[in-house]
Amino acid sequence: MKLVFEKSRPGHASVILPPLDVEKTELPESIGRQSALRLPELSETEVSRHYTELVHEVYGVNCGFYPLGSCTMKYNPRIDEETASLPSFTGAHPLAPAEAVKGCRKVLEEAASLLEEISGMDAMTFQPAAGAHGEFTGVLLIKQYHDARGDEKRRKIIVPDSAHGTNPATAAMCGYEVVNIASAPDGCVDLEALKNALGEDTAGLMLTNPNTVGLFDPNILEITRLVHEAGGLCYYDGANLNAIMGHVRPGDMGFDCVHMNLHKTFATPHGGGGPGAGAVGCKAFLAEYLPKSALMDGGGPIQVRGFAGNFLVVLKALTYILTLGREGIPQASETAVLNANYLMQGVKDVFKPAFDRICMHEFVLDLSDYKKETGVSALDVAKGLIDYGIHPPTMYFPLIVHEALMLEPTETESRETLDQVTEIFRKVREDGVREPEKLHTAPHSTVIGRPDEVAAARNPILKAQL
Amino acid sequence: MEHLEYQFSRSHEWVKEEDGLTIVGISDFAQNALGDVVFVNLPEVGDEVIAGEAFGDVESVKAVSDLVSPVTGTVAEVNEELLDSPELLNSDPYGSWIIKVENVTDTEDLLSAAAYEEYCETEA
Amino acid sequence: MGHYLPSTEQERAEMLKAVGLSSVRDLYRDVPGSVYREKPLDLPEGKSEMEVSQYLRQLGDSNKSYRLILRGAGAYDHYIPSIVKYIPAKEEFLTAYTPYQAEISQGILQSIFEYQTMICELTGMEVSNASVYDGATAAAEGCTMCRSRKRSVTLVSAAAHPDVIATIRTYCYGVGAEMKLVPEKDGVTDVAALKELLTPDVASVYFAQPNFSGLFENAEGIIAAAHEAGAMVVMGCNPIALALMKTPGELGADVAVGEGQPLGMPLSYGGPYLGFMAATKKNMRSLPGRIVGETKDAQGRRAFVLSLQAREQHIRREKASSNICSNEALCALTAGLYLSTLGPEGLKEVAEQCLSKAHYLAKELSGIGGVKLPYPGAFFHEFITALPKRDAVLAKLDEAGILGGLPLGEDRILWCVTEKASRAALDKTVRLVKEVLA
Repeated sequence: MKLVFEKSRPGHASVILPPLDVEKTELPESIGRQSALRLPELSETEVSRHYTELVHEVYGVNCGFYPLGSCTMKYNPRIDEETASLPSFTGAHPLAPAEAVKGCRKVLEEAASLLEEISGMDAMTFQPAAGAHGEFTGVLLIKQYHDARGDEKRRKIIVPDSAHGTNPATAAMCGYEVVNIASAPDGCVDLEALKNALGEDTAGLMLTNPNTVGLFDPNILEITRLVHEAGGLCYYDGANLNAIMGHVRPGDMGFDCVHMNLHKTFATPHGGGGPGAGAVGCKAFLAEYLPKSALMDGGGPIQVRGFAGNFLVVLKALTYILTLGREGIPQASETAVLNANYLMQGVKDVFKPAFDRICMHEFVLDLSDYKKETGVSALDVAKGLIDYGIHPPTMYFPLIVHEALMLEPTETESRETLDQVTEIFRKVREDGVREPEKLHTAPHSTVIGRPDEVAAARNPILKAQL
Repeated sequence: MEHLEYQFSRSHEWVKEEDGLTIVGISDFAQNALGDVVFVNLPEVGDEVIAGEAFGDVESVKAVSDLVSPVTGTVAEVNEELLDSPELLNSDPYGSWIIKVENVTDTEDLLSAAAYEEYCETEA
Repeated sequence: MGHYLPSTEQERAEMLKAVGLSSVRDLYRDVPGSVYREKPLDLPEGKSEMEVSQYLRQLGDSNKSYRLILRGAGAYDHYIPSIVKYIPAKEEFLTAYTPYQAEISQGILQSIFEYQTMICELTGMEVSNASVYDGATAAAEGCTMCRSRKRSVTLVSAAAHPDVIATIRTYCYGVGAEMKLVPEKDGVTDVAALKELLTPDVASVYFAQPNFSGLFENAEGIIAAAHEAGAMVVMGCNPIALALMKTPGELGADVAVGEGQPLGMPLSYGGPYLGFMAATKKNMRSLPGRIVGETKDAQGRRAFVLSLQAREQHIRREKASSNICSNEALCALTAGLYLSTLGPEGLKEVAEQCLSKAHYLAKELSGIGGVKLPYPGAFFHEFITALPKRDAVLAKLDEAGILGGLPLGEDRILWCVTEKASRAALDKTVRLVKEVLA
């Protein structure tokens, strides 16, 4: 479709402001902008139509099944949006006197105390704006802890090879050398490999549990004990927290700090890539290292962004937690796990699960045999699913499974939907056997077919020609 | 087997001597495994390269792979044509050198063309 | 208790049976008994939607709502056109994931591509990314992208926003790179002192235009000094001011960053905001985060995709220069929508009104006995006054529903005036200040 710039016509505009009612000030010419400002010129109707056209080319959680593994695409309640758009909150200046923002402070305090209880931590910060940003903050807590003790030989962070790419990237941003350890054949941490990697130079371990293949590591207490014994700290990547809320807490598993993705587990929307919030919790002995704002809090040991974080996202998460409460929080998790197992049960005679056992909130399919048989890849199957009206699962992750499709149905899907999805998987599988070419070129029902990513990368066009 | 004048590293770079310089590129096997190359990160002239260590990398759409130097020495020339036309590594891997190295003081244990062909078969 | 489960207890019991299990505990059988929670969490009981809604409204009502906000310091109270509030609330925009599946995400991808174009147009730079978390992280990431093996030191102007300085310092602490402050003089970066600090190991210099005090920096002087020493320049800019002031592109900066909140995002007690980042084409591959590119599908139709992904953490892992894997897509969409709604003339009008009204207030305040403007330089929409009885002045304004400027030091206030302030409201402010100082 046309770009907003291509719809622009000279003179089209909306009237937004009254005329200037004081004398006009001009910037000195030496400071003034020299080039023209080529923004689009549109009337309000045209703006509205343009974005409505765009919205028709987006698939949201409201559109249908969205089983993106590791992303927790659960339903995003409208009431959370409504509370977060109350002018009493949206109008609050972050640097207003404490008296004037009592409500905002209470939101942060209350959300902190609820999330501390859910994660088993003692203190919390909301500065991090996303999961990866939370990882950065959490690993900086570990770094400060070792630095404060003068323990400078601890230069390494251990990360399993099944981890999200953010884990090793985070460790590197914190100046650490990354030690990748291979997973055991069951997808969990290989205790021997961990023992071999641990030593005086270990700063810490970054771990997701349940892990990225959707399994709860039964050796978790042994793992955290070993790391602590070596003098390291344990970081919990909360990407998969939606599996375990109210059933087991990272703090009780032996983790020292954790980030929680409010935009996954606590139902705040992903917004097409953000804003999210990566709340970081820690045990009391790390609390002194939490980030503070130079202006809002008068400064602190570190600061990872301006002010107090994505406040409105925290407010949405608080709305959600208060709604679910004591019974609803564990029930959300157990239903997420139940739905994943029910769906796996359904699709396991369609495509082979990478690990055929009770899973947590997500599971991984291994399509390598199917690809050998038919030439149809996990990518082809994912694109084929689009033609049946559902969003594809996460593809080619984790890296330790070949031709991986990772499914996370979440708790907000009904049995009927899961049954229908099973049938869709069966149909796509059959399509691939019968007409592999149809899947190689899928999707066919969308506004565009597969884009030429090679051309995009070789000859990058990253803005419109004006 | 063509390219008898080339020797190969186990990380799939080829090496050729010419006019006192050591020329480095990537093998046909490597470009095939990578898929469509979209960008090459090159070192600068004058940079030191060390045998067995990365001196740059090659990007495809969904992967990135280190370029490992088969020799220790100083970069004398880089093939800047690859910045505009990275696809040359796909279409003509043996005709598309990446760097030329001078003052070579150390060289990895390299494979002959025949031995490399055998090595690739076991890899594949 | 509220919940969002589209299933009944009985259905769930049947599903459990279907997978061959008899209890919820069976689902969690890998969880060691010593840590599995038999007891419920200490959380309040769940509530109905109506109760939660009423409770949070009540919390919101305990905030004070001001008739006029004359405080900025990194969070700016601009007028947000109505359409800019409604369109991003459409459920598809709101609830979609990162647009990895391009075929069903063209709307988001195109909105980002348009946003990137507008950021390039505002800053005069050649390439923009899809945005990062906020202005402070954009500045920190901007400094990170300038570092090389040979140059690792980051110089930061002391006249920049304190939160931005602290965030850059933290990112430097992370990788173990050195950060030094360039002192300020007369409220702006001391260019002579900067030249002294520009050793051959300096990777980049960060300064903000206008700076924390609202003053315009000697951008030409800073950039020339940095470039002469072989260092790159990361220039922070206010996006509204860019409608009127020399752009980083015109000035020759290498990276332009800034806080995009003024482009249609409410104050929201500090977030979500929007970090914008743009660079010269030469530095394109050092930009962190998502970037959307245009290409075609097999039938030759225009298509947008997440591009240049091999820079990013999911491919490069520990070799990536940043771990960022999200952007503030909905905020970027909001900014694009805001700029499309205002258009070039509308944005200039907003900027001119900010500039003119701030100067009006500065002039009126400085006419009151005892009030001084300590800095002589040109400013945009923020300025500092020195005056006696700082706290009494702010308290008096607060009583009248006016959030006065930010108190700094003993006798200083950093004021900010946007297009929302009418002449009458500013006159009233001046009258109240006069009363206190009389």
